[in-house]
Amino acid sequence: MVVFDKPHALTDVPLHYCPGCTHGIVHRLVAEAIDELGIEGRTIGIAPVGCSVMAYNYFNCDMIEAAHGRAPAVATGVKRSDPENNIVFTYQGDGDLASIGMAETVHAAARNENITVIFINNAIYGMTGGQMAPTSLPGQVTQTSPYGRDPKHCGFPVKVCEMLSELDGPEYLERVTVNNVKNVRAAKKAIKKAFQNQIEGKGFSLIEVVSTCPTNWGLTPQAALKWLEDNMLPYYPLGVYKDRSAKEEAK
Amino acid sequence: MSTKQILISGFGGQGILFAGKFLAYKGLIDDKQVSWLPSYGPEMRGGTASCSVILSDEPVGSPIVSNPDILVAMNLPSLDKYESTVAPGGIILADSTLIDRKVERDDVTVYYVPATALAGENGIATLANMIITGKLLSVLDDFNEESVRAALSKVVSAKKANLYDLNLKAMQIGADFK
Amino acid sequence: MADKVLMKGNEAIAEAAILAGCRHYFGYPITPQTEIAAYMAKKMPKIGGTFLQAESEIAAINMVYGVSSTGKRVMTSSSSPGISLKGEGLSYLAGADLPALVVNVQRGGPGLGGIQPSQSDYFQATRGGAHGDFKMIVLAPHSVQEMAELTVKGFDLADKYRMTAMILADGTMGQMMEPVSLDFAASEPVAKPWATTGTKMEREHNIVNSLFLQPDELEKVNFERYERYKVIEENEAMYEEYMMEDAEYCVVAFGIAARVSKNAVAEARKKGIKVGLIRPITLWPFPTAAFAKTMGKIKEYISVELSMGQMIEDVRLATECSAPVTLCNRVGGMIPSPEQVLAAIETAAKNGGAK
Repeated sequence: MVVFDKPHALTDVPLHYCPGCTHGIVHRLVAEAIDELGIEGRTIGIAPVGCSVMAYNYFNCDMIEAAHGRAPAVATGVKRSDPENNIVFTYQGDGDLASIGMAETVHAAARNENITVIFINNAIYGMTGGQMAPTSLPGQVTQTSPYGRDPKHCGFPVKVCEMLSELDGPEYLERVTVNNVKNVRAAKKAIKKAFQNQIEGKGFSLIEVVSTCPTNWGLTPQAALKWLEDNMLPYYPLGVYKDRSAKEEAK
Repeated sequence: MSTKQILISGFGGQGILFAGKFLAYKGLIDDKQVSWLPSYGPEMRGGTASCSVILSDEPVGSPIVSNPDILVAMNLPSLDKYESTVAPGGIILADSTLIDRKVERDDVTVYYVPATALAGENGIATLANMIITGKLLSVLDDFNEESVRAALSKVVSAKKANLYDLNLKAMQIGADFK
Repeated sequence: MADKVLMKGNEAIAEAAILAGCRHYFGYPITPQTEIAAYMAKKMPKIGGTFLQAESEIAAINMVYGVSSTGKRVMTSSSSPGISLKGEGLSYLAGADLPALVVNVQRGGPGLGGIQPSQSDYFQATRGGAHGDFKMIVLAPHSVQEMAELTVKGFDLADKYRMTAMILADGTMGQMMEPVSLDFAASEPVAKPWATTGTKMEREHNIVNSLFLQPDELEKVNFERYERYKVIEENEAMYEEYMMEDAEYCVVAFGIAARVSKNAVAEARKKGIKVGLIRPITLWPFPTAAFAKTMGKIKEYISVELSMGQMIEDVRLATECSAPVTLCNRVGGMIPSPEQVLAAIETAAKNGGAK
């Protein structure tokens, strides 16, 4: 008999996320990967500033809360303190990773820092109440782009996987989503690979998870998934943007 | 004199800091209290470089030499800048190859040493600094070969034994210059 | 003297840190402290340590935060403008009660300022240096020997009290060479059960965190932290007295200003002026006890600073306005001369402490 159970790497603390938010799914996928790889006892997670700021309460492994955008730098310190044993992941949103923390993100990738980065891209600042994010789409209405994001005024969204794929540094970059069962399974596979890469010492792996924010998008959970499919996925195509080891094996 | 305040000044690249470091080490070996303070910043890269060296029988207070007992001027701008600061009764050593004027003060003792020319003539073009340092030691009656050698071994790496000999030679040339 | 070597102040800090067991250094180039990074870059790989040039001052202090979270000794160093950038990290280190050693080899400001020596980051260092209620232990060396000794002391205090210790030096201290003896006793390792080293599946997870959304909880951690600060104020203040026994006038100075002032005090004594020097070695905690015992005896205090007058406020607080406190200063990279300080002493003596 298969019993649906909570992964060990998740605590019993109830999640604070809004109904329909996909953070819960991604937390679970990260925890499942940690369980399956048997690394909980040596994993140290870094929580960001943003909606997942309290992720330190939800994971059973040791956790550190970082300043806004600085998770990759903190992770670098943690990893370098014991590179043989520590498994280090950051869990960051789009504002944290691609706006205020862009320098930390790019340089951790350029160094091929042997860490795992889980990047939640929901095209909005959730925690502060729905402001324009670096990944908000052209025309997207937010609290700070009330007439729709106008690229002439505030520029274009940042495509993180595409951008980082131009660097020689990173090992693995993949964009996934969690809008349906098939994609959740694919996301799980990618996240697990991102941890596996670290265990094998391959280096910087970043999984961008295209996610929803029903509350701040002003949509029902279902409509939010539809909006993601119709608007986010065309702008942020899913797929593997870099896989150095696979490429080298293919040669 | 229980305290000697020395200011060495010249172009960046003339080995000003090195000469100062040598003197500081020699002081340390001779059981003096010492301090060495360089000018730093852009002037290290081609402009005027200077360093303050204090040798004393007592603990060194301020490491900044603003009224030197001894000024070693390795170029004209250095003499122009610091001549007036030398303590009355002090000593000025000037590299007369690069300084084409005389010291105007009459309350200091001046030694003109064509250090750069001597260095060129002796095939040690980069060691004018140590020629003038050798002269300084002989003026102070402090050319103690044992401590000179010991101090040199502190500032010239063991891998560069050749340089050690050349530095010693340079100082001997300076000390012998009349 | 055979055991002494000539070292630059910056190098002495780096070597002392290694002797103190620090194996992780993160930094970013800035004059006049880059020798520390260069020294670490050379040494760390040879002793199994980590030197990493970070992409920014902000990244460097956050790498420090990461290593410190795992319980290991770690440091960064910078100079004034860089310390401003590190401010965020300093606040987070305080909020998460993490030990770290941070070196500020000060230069003139504000803004890009200059690269010559200064003490104008006194407020920034002693008042916490960033947002929120917090303190750092601030150590002010006045010799290359102290650059080394206070570095070791800083690591010990940081571990003991779970907070940042800052070496507040200046360009002169960083650049000058003096004989140093590096013959230190190894410090006792401090247990760090709070460290995020991985649960090994043997304990509850540890959380390193500065977020407390419940106001009453946040108030509580602040009060508790300040109880700890009180213990530090009572036990860790350090200072030096110079010719204070019968002094009627008191020069107050730290770092390079104290060295200059010692010359001036010695000169003034030759002229028959009863003057002494109090040199705070810890700027926080400020050594108020040193001043308490002078009250009623001193006719005037002269604060000698390479700033527009910052420590002078602490001198006034410590002396409770029992006598005038005047300022003798140079700024912008200039350093007061012994003559300038002597003149200030003579003026004070002439006035006889009149307000």
